[in-house]
Amino acid sequence: MLKYTLIPLLPFLSFLINILFGRNFIKDRAHWIAVPAVVGSFLLAVSAFLDVAGGRDINVNIYSWIVSGSFNVSVGFLIDRLSAIMLIVVTSISTLIFIYSIGYMHGDGGYYRFFAYLSLFVFSMLILVMANNFLLMYFGWEAVGLCSYFLIGYWFHKKSAADAGKKAFIVNRFGDFGFGLGVILIFLTFGSMDYMQVFGEAGGIAGQTINLLGYDVNLITLICLLLFCGAVGKSAQVPLHVWLPDAMEGPTPVSALIHAATMVTAGVFMVARCNPLFNLSEVAMNTVAIVGGVTAIFAATIALVQTDIKRVIAYSTVSQLGYMFLALGVGAYSAAIFHLYTHAYFKALLFLGSGSVIHALHDEQNMQKMGGLKKYMPVTYWVFILATLSITGIPFFSGFFSKDEILWRAYLAGDLGKFLWFLGTLAALLTAFYSWRLIYLTFHGKFRGTHEQEEHLHESPPVITVPLMLLAVGAVAAGWVGIPPIFAEHGDKIGEFLAPVLGYPEGEGTHAQEYFVMGASIFVAVAGWIIAYTMYLKKTELPQKLGAAFQPVYKLLFNKYYIDELYSKTIVQPTLKASDKIILGFDTYIIEGIVNGIPNLIGAFSRKLRKIQTGLLSDYGLIMAIGALSIIGVWIFLR
Amino acid sequence: MEMETTISLLDIRPLVPELTMICVGLIVILLDLIVRKKEVVAIVGIAGTLVALYGTYKLYGFYEPQSAFSGMFVLDGYSNFFKLIFYLNIILTICISFKYMAIEKASFGEYYALLMFATTGMMIMASAADLIVLYLGLELMALSTYILAGITRKRQRSNEAALKYFFLGAFSSAFLLYGISLTYGLTGTTNLREIASALQTLDLNGSPIMYLGLIFMIVAFGFKIALAPFHMWAPDVYEGAPTSITAFMSVGPKAAGFAVLGRVLFGAFAGMQVQWASILIPMAVLTMAVGSIIALAQTNIKRMLAYSSIAHAGYMLLGVITGTTGGLMSTVNYLAIYLFMNIGAFAIVIMLRREGFQGENIEDYMGLSKSHPLASALMLIFMFSLAGIPPTAGFIGKFYVFMEVIKAGYVYLAIIAVAFSAISAFFYLRVVMYIYMKDPKEEVVLTRSPSMSIALAVTAMMVLILGIFPSFLLNLVRYSILG
Amino acid sequence: MPGTYIPSEYLPVAIIFLFAALIGLGALVAGLLVRPRRPYVQKLYPYESGNPPVGEPRYKFSVKFYIIAMLFVVFDVEAVFLYPWAVAYDKLGIFGFVEMMLFIFILLIGYIYVWKKGAFNWE
Repeated sequence: MLKYTLIPLLPFLSFLINILFGRNFIKDRAHWIAVPAVVGSFLLAVSAFLDVAGGRDINVNIYSWIVSGSFNVSVGFLIDRLSAIMLIVVTSISTLIFIYSIGYMHGDGGYYRFFAYLSLFVFSMLILVMANNFLLMYFGWEAVGLCSYFLIGYWFHKKSAADAGKKAFIVNRFGDFGFGLGVILIFLTFGSMDYMQVFGEAGGIAGQTINLLGYDVNLITLICLLLFCGAVGKSAQVPLHVWLPDAMEGPTPVSALIHAATMVTAGVFMVARCNPLFNLSEVAMNTVAIVGGVTAIFAATIALVQTDIKRVIAYSTVSQLGYMFLALGVGAYSAAIFHLYTHAYFKALLFLGSGSVIHALHDEQNMQKMGGLKKYMPVTYWVFILATLSITGIPFFSGFFSKDEILWRAYLAGDLGKFLWFLGTLAALLTAFYSWRLIYLTFHGKFRGTHEQEEHLHESPPVITVPLMLLAVGAVAAGWVGIPPIFAEHGDKIGEFLAPVLGYPEGEGTHAQEYFVMGASIFVAVAGWIIAYTMYLKKTELPQKLGAAFQPVYKLLFNKYYIDELYSKTIVQPTLKASDKIILGFDTYIIEGIVNGIPNLIGAFSRKLRKIQTGLLSDYGLIMAIGALSIIGVWIFLR
Repeated sequence: MEMETTISLLDIRPLVPELTMICVGLIVILLDLIVRKKEVVAIVGIAGTLVALYGTYKLYGFYEPQSAFSGMFVLDGYSNFFKLIFYLNIILTICISFKYMAIEKASFGEYYALLMFATTGMMIMASAADLIVLYLGLELMALSTYILAGITRKRQRSNEAALKYFFLGAFSSAFLLYGISLTYGLTGTTNLREIASALQTLDLNGSPIMYLGLIFMIVAFGFKIALAPFHMWAPDVYEGAPTSITAFMSVGPKAAGFAVLGRVLFGAFAGMQVQWASILIPMAVLTMAVGSIIALAQTNIKRMLAYSSIAHAGYMLLGVITGTTGGLMSTVNYLAIYLFMNIGAFAIVIMLRREGFQGENIEDYMGLSKSHPLASALMLIFMFSLAGIPPTAGFIGKFYVFMEVIKAGYVYLAIIAVAFSAISAFFYLRVVMYIYMKDPKEEVVLTRSPSMSIALAVTAMMVLILGIFPSFLLNLVRYSILG
Repeated sequence: MPGTYIPSEYLPVAIIFLFAALIGLGALVAGLLVRPRRPYVQKLYPYESGNPPVGEPRYKFSVKFYIIAMLFVVFDVEAVFLYPWAVAYDKLGIFGFVEMMLFIFILLIGYIYVWKKGAFNWE
């Protein structure tokens, strides 16, 4: 029991100690507390994983905060095969990133603060993953959002960082509002927020409808769509994806941990966790699949032309998250979790690698000003190559297995599935292209930065490169647990492992079909590579020409389909203008009337009332006597 | 009635904690004549209290019911839980008052002795199963607190407070005696259990005279608890008395008042729940209204906390009104939580007091966070808790009272209570706003002492721990009341 | 009938109270009506055994008088308690003895306290 409680508690203690004593006592020794805590968490998570793998699910209530009738607010953990995998992913990546941060954040003024927030984030994420009821998950869900807000705006004196933090927070509000409503609706429907009870009774209410604004709406569909709103916000799916690229203003370890490997995948985890609900609603499932597919291709096209190294990876993250939702939507939950797991390693690696590059260039993020870094930073270069091979889906690297599984499952899932498979394969082509473009622009060719930067170019210290190498091992090998059955007799271990929780996807295909799907994805991966190779190494004038020839397309992509501008024009500015008017007009009368009026009214009343308190003893005695008499009097009259 | 009373020396045994308190109080008085250092006197006081606490815990076991003196004095989980509150109250009060009384130039040994005597009075009240014993305890408590309120004799406000408290207290004692004599006249007994059976056998539940007696007793208890309209003394006395005594009085006598109110209403007059609920409901609403509304206009923090304490008494009363054991438990739970958050808040008020500076205006807190982040954070915790914002203990206290009120079917009362609770958040958060959002007017120097730090640490920890892990306290209360 | 108990035995007592009040009031009223009223300065002076009055009649007494008076009350009550105890000594037995000794002991502590505090010193 204590063992499982300690998994989230250790990072929390690290947070408490660092935040309380950081400023005065710990200062730049914060990692001496944070790193052991997260390593401890990792070891306990491994042990919990082994317990679960041994066939023993853990579902314990640690304690009940408030118990009152059916309203039960309790802290309880459910560690089954799904959360066990998540625990491993979260704690192992956290460990590596904590170590990496020692080097990366060295000398920063708020060193202790950084580790405090990061520890708090790990705590919140673990709570989110381990919760056994919706309310606790909601707590974790909001808490990771809050930490993300703190960490994006970590360099709060930089206006862009503070703004990005706010943007992330506000955009997530939209999604979380839906999620919150979903949780409330679950409580109203089932009278409980416990997973087991809700999932157990879900079948019983399938097909029930409620009347909403005159329309009969399927209850389960409504719940699922509301929950999915939260996932769209948190996992940066279209149309709420706009916050994630901006979130790159945060320190790079934050981008790697929160905005690539863990927090943004919370939406995927949540949908997978709620699979008994989603399975009951075809509408919700199709919505998830379409949003995922669209996001995958949409984000990939934007990534083609971005020049900021971190933004390319950020759009790539959005695109890969789209893949995961695509998988969820076609019912291939285990494929989604599998991709979540492999993606966590290679994407964290890409981010940390880019951090290493940015560090070496003294905070230069524009790829146009890089180039030729291969010879200065060999370790970073090679791990980058491995991560890219993995993400583009070159056979026998981990990304290949998970992406292939998703595409194969989509292919099997009817007509909609075929269409989504096509989108996915196309996105894979784009992925290959922009990933290799990033490599060539950054590491190959001639250095395009300033002389001063060139003189200081150096490989990062071991505290940075060692975590990179460890992550590279993960990026290459993590997928080997999911080798499909056609390659190995006892393949797809991860699918089988997760089957008790997530079920096994339906649909059978022939071997020929499977080879076809696989061949297609290998083909596009190689094709993308070759195109990038030609454009950025051989005929370097080609991108210019193409950009000029397809000027409108290029501009559209470069400006991210003008989504930010669209939101600005349609939502943000009208809101601002309207609120300006309101401030000028209504505010003085109505808002202030309400906000200040009520307290003022009560205040005035209060000032009148306090006159009763004359300070004269005789008056007090009189009031007491009158009080007693009026009680008697009231009783006489009422009798 | 001819009564053969056999009293033996063994009857004294259940009174060991009370006797310990009295003896140590006397020792403190004598010690004060010999020892110059007041620290020693204070420590003897705390040590004596701890011995009494051990006695309460160990004598018969915490939950074991016992009675002595022909059933006039009982020892059960209910009384023992209240005694626990009283012990903590006096220990925390001594901790926060030590340095403060030196600044007020009133560090007398008698101060500690009187605290102990007052506490003994409360303990007797909690254990009283007879109206006479109840009265005895009440007077012992009251007389000691009258003097304590005026112990800073050089300050006029303190004198005024003591005198007002004394006169009005005497007035309320008269009410109590009237109530007792009417009850005795009708039932022929002062023993609570016998009153209960007499009400049944003599069919007195509808008797107007009985009702009058009940009203008189409720008036007297209401005075001690500071329920409107018998609260008039509270703001003046709380403001005038030395702050440490204000802290002491806002918890101890209130808790003792609730102890006897619960004992008398649930023990003797359980059959008249409808009647007493109809008396208490308007009182509770009025109390919450007066407390939360008038507090808004206060500029003196002690006065504001005085009104806040009146409002809290109103919330606590709701649990009693339900007439259910669950309701009583929620009130007792609230009281225990209130002990920590209120003494904590007063401790911060005391810290602002220094030589030549009162530090009692809310404006004195402007920008405190800039110079004293830790003290500000603590005040934030206490104010949040008093306002009832989760995850502090204050939220738990209110939540369970309101839940019990709803369960008992008084939904409208719960709504009124939540509304007043929302109003009261204004003035608590105003203090927080002054601390965090205003610029400091002048530099504030805090008076620190080790004992004060201990008290603050304990109260703040308890406010947070009970907020996050409320079940510990809830279970303790449940076992205490249900046995 | 229970509940509406009226103590009729006490009616004669109430009548006595009423008569006492009436007689007292009657005497005063009769005096007021019968006596002649011719005031002059000497007559309006407060009566001080025939001497001309000196100074204000409202005079602040030293607080010491009150202290002595209060202490007197305390120990006076102690003596009052001793009498019934002495009378019922045989019935109360050893318990009563211990109880009384405790009572005296507590007052003894009070005595020591006031002595050391100098409450008996007039100066």
